[in-house]
Amino acid sequence: MSTIVSLPDQATARIPKRNYLTNENGLLSWLLTGDHKRIAVLYLISITFFFFIGGALAGMIRLELLTPQSDLMASDTYNKVFTMHGVIMVFLFLVPSVPATLGNFLIPIMIGAKDLAFPKINLLSWYLYLVGGGMTLTAMITGGVDTGWTFTTPMSTHFSNTNVITTGLAIFVAGFSSIFTGLNFIVTIHRMRAPGMTWFKLPLFCWAHYAASILMVLGTPVLAITLVLVVLERTIGIGVFDPTKGGDPILFQHLFWFYSHPAVYIMILPGMGVISEVISTFSRKRVFGYTAVAFSSVAIAVFGFFVWAHHMFIMGVSNYAVLVFSLLTMLVAVPSAIKIFNWAFTLYKGSITFETPMLYAFGFMGLFTIGGLTGVFLGSSGTDIHLTETYFIVAHFHFVMVGGMLMAFLSGVHFWWPKMTGRMYPEKISQLAAVVTFIGFNFTFFPQFLLGMLGMPRRYAAYPHEFQVLNVFSTAGASILGVGYLLPMIYLIWSLKYGEVAGNNPWQATGLEWQIQSPPLTENFTTIPIVTQDVYDYEWLERQKEHEVTHVG
Amino acid sequence: MGLSPVLWQFLVKWMTNFAIIPPEASRIAPQVDALLVFMTLVSLVGLVLVGLLVTAFSILYRREKHPVAVQIEGSTLLEATWTIIPLGLFLVMFVWGSVLYFRIYTPPPNAMNIYVVGKQWMWKAEHPGGQHEINSLHVPINQPIQITLISQDVFHSFSIPAFRVKREAIPGRYTTVWFEATQVGTYHLFCTQYCGTNHSAMIGEVDVLTPEDYKKWLADSTSGVSLAQNGERLFASLSCNACHNGQPDSRGPSLANVYGSKLTLSTGQPVLVDEAYLRQAILNPSAHITQGYAPIMPTYQGQVSEEGLISLVEYIKNLSTNYRVQQTLNTTALLPEQPDKVPAKGASAQGVAKP
Repeated sequence: MSTIVSLPDQATARIPKRNYLTNENGLLSWLLTGDHKRIAVLYLISITFFFFIGGALAGMIRLELLTPQSDLMASDTYNKVFTMHGVIMVFLFLVPSVPATLGNFLIPIMIGAKDLAFPKINLLSWYLYLVGGGMTLTAMITGGVDTGWTFTTPMSTHFSNTNVITTGLAIFVAGFSSIFTGLNFIVTIHRMRAPGMTWFKLPLFCWAHYAASILMVLGTPVLAITLVLVVLERTIGIGVFDPTKGGDPILFQHLFWFYSHPAVYIMILPGMGVISEVISTFSRKRVFGYTAVAFSSVAIAVFGFFVWAHHMFIMGVSNYAVLVFSLLTMLVAVPSAIKIFNWAFTLYKGSITFETPMLYAFGFMGLFTIGGLTGVFLGSSGTDIHLTETYFIVAHFHFVMVGGMLMAFLSGVHFWWPKMTGRMYPEKISQLAAVVTFIGFNFTFFPQFLLGMLGMPRRYAAYPHEFQVLNVFSTAGASILGVGYLLPMIYLIWSLKYGEVAGNNPWQATGLEWQIQSPPLTENFTTIPIVTQDVYDYEWLERQKEHEVTHVG
Repeated sequence: MGLSPVLWQFLVKWMTNFAIIPPEASRIAPQVDALLVFMTLVSLVGLVLVGLLVTAFSILYRREKHPVAVQIEGSTLLEATWTIIPLGLFLVMFVWGSVLYFRIYTPPPNAMNIYVVGKQWMWKAEHPGGQHEINSLHVPINQPIQITLISQDVFHSFSIPAFRVKREAIPGRYTTVWFEATQVGTYHLFCTQYCGTNHSAMIGEVDVLTPEDYKKWLADSTSGVSLAQNGERLFASLSCNACHNGQPDSRGPSLANVYGSKLTLSTGQPVLVDEAYLRQAILNPSAHITQGYAPIMPTYQGQVSEEGLISLVEYIKNLSTNYRVQQTLNTTALLPEQPDKVPAKGASAQGVAKP
């Protein structure tokens, strides 16, 4: 980036000696840290680890589906592979990724605080995540689990001879990690904002995390209870979900989706927060209709709790329940549409550059739009009947989760990488990676919409011949996508040593995080800032530049 | 072409029998497809709109062209526009989809009923005439067919993409779906709900036959015993007839004409007697005590298979008198001639609502 080299603080560029990374040394100083930034780094490392395990499993699935026969692995193995892929990706990657890494790192800084409200609980939540992750891996290595990530009863309670209990408890434990993170964010955002940081001066990133935190705190306990009930049903046969004992298997569906639908928003809302920051920065404008975007996050969170039964349209809920939940599902699509158009119009009369985070953000907008629109196909009950439980579902939620959430995560990681590490990533190759990811993604998942329209059921190890061509496309795309994910892994590690020194504010962005040194001090701010300017106030930023009133620390 | 020869071959193969949607082989299929096409068009317009906006702004307002951004707060008018228009479109899709949903799950009264039991890992269909088939389903063309589904173990899902119908088979409850096939042919019958090891092998075939062929098929594969007759036999062998014999002083209520009627339970709660109620009353009788009777019926949980229950239910459904033994063939037992209706005196005591 030629513009970056010419910036004033690049001339004397070197990484400040004192920062959160060098503050203390030794493994113990990391394992016992209360610093939200270090915990974020710990999360980043562990989450990346699980992402690549989940990704490897995805690769195995795609390879198996290259041919119509189940020839790469036995169907039992295939079932365990897709179950583990789902469990790891959902509970150990998608749910914690943005909040636990970027959110953890940035929320205190963005609101002008020295740390989260409960640093020790924050560390505890990382340990819980590790314990949950460790248990999941143990379950996988010692025989796996074959219920699918949805743990549908009575399959999970009576008919599976695999490690359902270990996996269930693993998610139970990991769930507490999520609850604690949410609690920490809510309290921090409420109580620890710097003087002058009013609610409507909060970056949209914080708004999105605030909304997602509400979901985490209210939703996750329901999942925990549900999993405990499954474990009790397996061990002592309490019969809550067992029709022969007067229980109801549909009840499990209600309880499970009461968490797992909002969980989709736990995943996507923080990602939307990232996109708001990135688009604003690289078009040098305040987000179009800031208030609408902020409130649409809250609206998504609130509505998100009232749509769970749309997973059960064909499952024996009453026709009138279907009407209500279908209607509410349509309503929840509206705030998402608002966000997309507001982001698009943020570009209007901006001054746009196309660095990697921006490319990922564009990718997000395209893929999330497709993911969201196909969600409407499923929210409308009549068409849901044909499309549900087919590859259309698989394509839809991968567009939202992987196309949306993962693009947002990569966008955010690139965007804040200079702040977290003090160094720039190599721009050209990372732009290439963004493009490769986008192409690979579409190549992988678009054919799956067609497969779903044709009626190919999900979770099939073997399938009728006519579906092969589209599956070959999908697998071919997955190999491109794999390259797209490996590239950042390599060059980001490379940049830790060889990357250009970033300086405090390489993007010339607003926001408190860009006013402090990179990497930040352990205490973030030497003096608590007093916030007077509006959020995303680029005019103010220009004036600051002129007066040379620069950075804290 | 830079494509590999293998990929190219696949592409050619696909293009020659290019299909984005399965054949429209049922009455409802074109209606579902119409909504799908509408939604696809709306989605494409939305996607193109977003794409165009982003591309156009990116070109017009790139840094080189437009070095200083103009700060714009927002625009209530614009925001209202892109709130209300999508909301309107989504509501249209909601209403249209709901109409379809009710159509797909509301069988016409003249529908022919076929029972299907899902088990790990097969579909077992039971025709009223007693014909059984596994992983295949023979149905006549242009005749509404109602499928009554139940699962014996885990969740399964009964899906025929060519008919655009799908319904979950759930342990412990009957669900129904109906269709009317409009094209003779063979179509996939999938299990779409993950159900364990051989989930992907739980594929069946639906054969749509002309009425003549269907009659021939019925005659060729008849087991000689209809579901109701089989139910009757079970009714006797489980000693149900010891109590439910229709005598005024019998320990159990008469089951004649009970199907479709409204009973009053001992709790005072009225209940509609349908398949699900009958099944529950056999498996869990103490929860369904009819007013005026003692809770003495034992449970038959674990003693009757789902197929057996279906036969019993089918028998009770067809029961206009407890002495229909005389009306059925294949029965050797002879009972004295009885009046064809329930004695008026016992009717209210037995809780059978008068029409």
